[in-house]
Amino acid sequence: MSQRQVLQVFEQYQKSRTQFVQTVAELATRPQNIETLQNAGVMSLLRPLLLDVVPTIQQTAALALGRLANYNDDLAEAIVKGDILPQLVYSLAEQNRFYKKAAAFVLRAVARHSPELAQAVVDCGALEALVISLEEFDPGVKESAAWALGYIARHNGELSQAVVDAGAVPLLVLCVQEPEIALKRIAASALSDIAKHSPELAQTVVDTGAIAHLAQMILNPDAKLKRQVFSALSQISKHSVDLAELVVEAEIFPAVLACLRDPDEYVRKNVTTLMREITKHTPELSQLIVNSGGIAAVIDYLGDCKGAVRLPGIMMLGYVAAHSENLAMAVIVSKGVPQLAICLSEEPEDHIRAATAWSLGQIGRHTPEHARAVAAANVLPKLLALYMDTQSSEDLQVKAKKALKSILQKCTHLPALEPLLYDAPSNILKHVVCQFSKVLPHDSKARRLFVTSGGLKKVQEIKADTGSALQEYITSINNCYPEEIVRYYSPGYSETLLERIEKYQPV
Amino acid sequence: MARLVKFQSQIQQVRVEFFIRQRIAEENRKRENAAAVKIQSWIRGCRVRAYVRYLSRNAVIIQKIWRGFAARAVFRQMQEAAYLARRMKFYTLMAVRIQKRWRGYYVRKYIHNYYERKKYLEALSKKNEDIRKELVEFEAYQRKDRERLALEREEQEKYRQAQRLHFLLSTKQCPGVFNSPFRESPSEMEARLRRVTPVLGQTAAQQARHKLRQLRIAREQQNSSFLPPINAKKPQGPFRPAEEVWRQRQRPLSPTLRVATSITALEEAREELRSQELSARLIHHPFWLFANTHKSRKYEPMIHTRTSFEPLPYGTKHFREEKKHTLQDKEPFKTVFTTCQVFDKFGRLYSNAGKIV
Repeated sequence: MSQRQVLQVFEQYQKSRTQFVQTVAELATRPQNIETLQNAGVMSLLRPLLLDVVPTIQQTAALALGRLANYNDDLAEAIVKGDILPQLVYSLAEQNRFYKKAAAFVLRAVARHSPELAQAVVDCGALEALVISLEEFDPGVKESAAWALGYIARHNGELSQAVVDAGAVPLLVLCVQEPEIALKRIAASALSDIAKHSPELAQTVVDTGAIAHLAQMILNPDAKLKRQVFSALSQISKHSVDLAELVVEAEIFPAVLACLRDPDEYVRKNVTTLMREITKHTPELSQLIVNSGGIAAVIDYLGDCKGAVRLPGIMMLGYVAAHSENLAMAVIVSKGVPQLAICLSEEPEDHIRAATAWSLGQIGRHTPEHARAVAAANVLPKLLALYMDTQSSEDLQVKAKKALKSILQKCTHLPALEPLLYDAPSNILKHVVCQFSKVLPHDSKARRLFVTSGGLKKVQEIKADTGSALQEYITSINNCYPEEIVRYYSPGYSETLLERIEKYQPV
Repeated sequence: MARLVKFQSQIQQVRVEFFIRQRIAEENRKRENAAAVKIQSWIRGCRVRAYVRYLSRNAVIIQKIWRGFAARAVFRQMQEAAYLARRMKFYTLMAVRIQKRWRGYYVRKYIHNYYERKKYLEALSKKNEDIRKELVEFEAYQRKDRERLALEREEQEKYRQAQRLHFLLSTKQCPGVFNSPFRESPSEMEARLRRVTPVLGQTAAQQARHKLRQLRIAREQQNSSFLPPINAKKPQGPFRPAEEVWRQRQRPLSPTLRVATSITALEEAREELRSQELSARLIHHPFWLFANTHKSRKYEPMIHTRTSFEPLPYGTKHFREEKKHTLQDKEPFKTVFTTCQVFDKFGRLYSNAGKIV
């Protein structure tokens, strides 16, 4: 055997290895092949190829492994059990940038499925290696590393704390300032995932000066970047008043309102989520947002969109109105109540309707003016219908009932209360009749209207236990009218009249 | 004497009287004693009573005065208390009036200012309207912007396509695909093809990117070890080794000196020199050694200038005719000296021809 023939054998082997690994990587992009690959035992074959001499084979093997792990968590667990992770982590420090990208891809694919797998990734010491990769020059490597860190931190607070302890946050903030859009996106999403678990983590993110950089990117033309930026800001501001104030001090209002007209749906949703997280803390923050015209923008947004994306906007209006009656009046003046009534009637989902009912309750519960404004939008019969509907979820029924009660206790607008006399159950009826009994003694026109519209008749037909509050109210209503009128409208009056006719003997 | 006799007769009577009297007195002693005691006791009683009366009258006076004093003091206190109560009532009445006014003012101004609230709600509605208008405008502007960008990109794409399909341009002899004779006028692609300028290699940006990519590849090549060359079917012949071929392919452009210098290089050099002189030179006359010594020298004219014969212009004047009037506003010829190019590329060419010297 000459030397050339010997070398030829080795070259052939190398070629076949390269071909195998490239084909496997390509096949792994399509989900239907992965089952077959798994049954053929691709894991055990790819593992030694990770330690191959040739760098391209290593990289492609890592890429193939990443794609396989991405598909489902059994394969990811197989990777963890097969002890591949320590090798990957070790070579993450050594090799060239293509390999680093592929290795970070594998780590991210493993960590995304469940907290246990992410914990396994962390236990291999991947965090230090990933943080070191964040300091590389190549933006692709930084992007993969940031993505992997984001997926690890997404699951729970301990993993986020581990990521923070590895010193990732300042590097992520530096990545956010890089010119590449993809890197900015991933870094912003990683910061959002870290900050969402607890106030301390959010404070750590804020301490590295992330808010200023995130705020600068608000008017960037890229839609996906804006999604992540707003998500990050809302996760930071949701935990406490101080954090929300810090976010607001970055002077994002009123520039943020312009993004409410972005063509991308999720950007708008994230903007309203941010506004909701800010307004829910204190009346001053809500006042700030109201004064910058945020309510009008959110109401227009609710008019434009449909479905589950409306939820943050509805909740924001509820939070604003809940703080004080000034703010509730501001919501009413900005024409929020008709929009909420439309949402209540249009939306099919129970949780959105429950949120709308809650918001309407918060708006209407302050003073009779507020209750009148809410009742004028014809909301009360709808709320009653939702409460009575057996198909609505328990949460919806409870919220509808509470909203109805709180509005009714302040409502003095009698034309809106009348329809409720007819269908309401006794616990709601009690409040309705109570309101009538408060208003009727003082207003003669209302008394006349009450009689002519048939309300008095209905009230007489109500059966109440003697001594209950309902009976007291009915008595006080009856005291507003002369006795013969009350008798006239009492049930069975026609029978008594007929009896009298029968008993009467003409002279 | 008569009296004496009378008296002597009366002595017996006196004795008898004495005894009678004694007897009477004795009989009346008890009674009279009792009466005397009674009178005495009465008198004593009267005296004591008078004394007691006197004492009690004085005691009453003292008590009267004392009681008057004490009662007046109490009265004064009661009076003061009543006065105080009246004053306090008055003060509270006035304080209520003040507080009433103050509370009304304060609540109306600071707690629930109706007019401020009305103004605020009006201003809020106005602000909402403004924001709504602004947002609508902003959205319209952004949409126009996006559409404009999309149009521009489309236009660029079509231009690039036209550049690549420039050979489909119609000629006089043969109408092109986009200029069918059955159409009234050529289609827009045809118009584009006519407007297009040919692609002259890569643009500057593309070149820069290409260069970067090549540098990166070169660095990668250096870092990673080379695979042993695959000698599957090595062609026979004196072919050059692969590294040399590779080097030749990567070789940058090496223009000749003539090509590299501009046609106005000489003028430019002169201008440069002149400007350097203008800025750098401080002294405008040359330094001549011992110049002052010439000042005192007398001028000695030359011999042949003293002669009357003219200097012969032979050898210094040309014999060609010069048409000065036709050449008046024309520039003189530029003489461009071409270098001898034979040995420019000597030893630097890739081919082996010409190396055999």
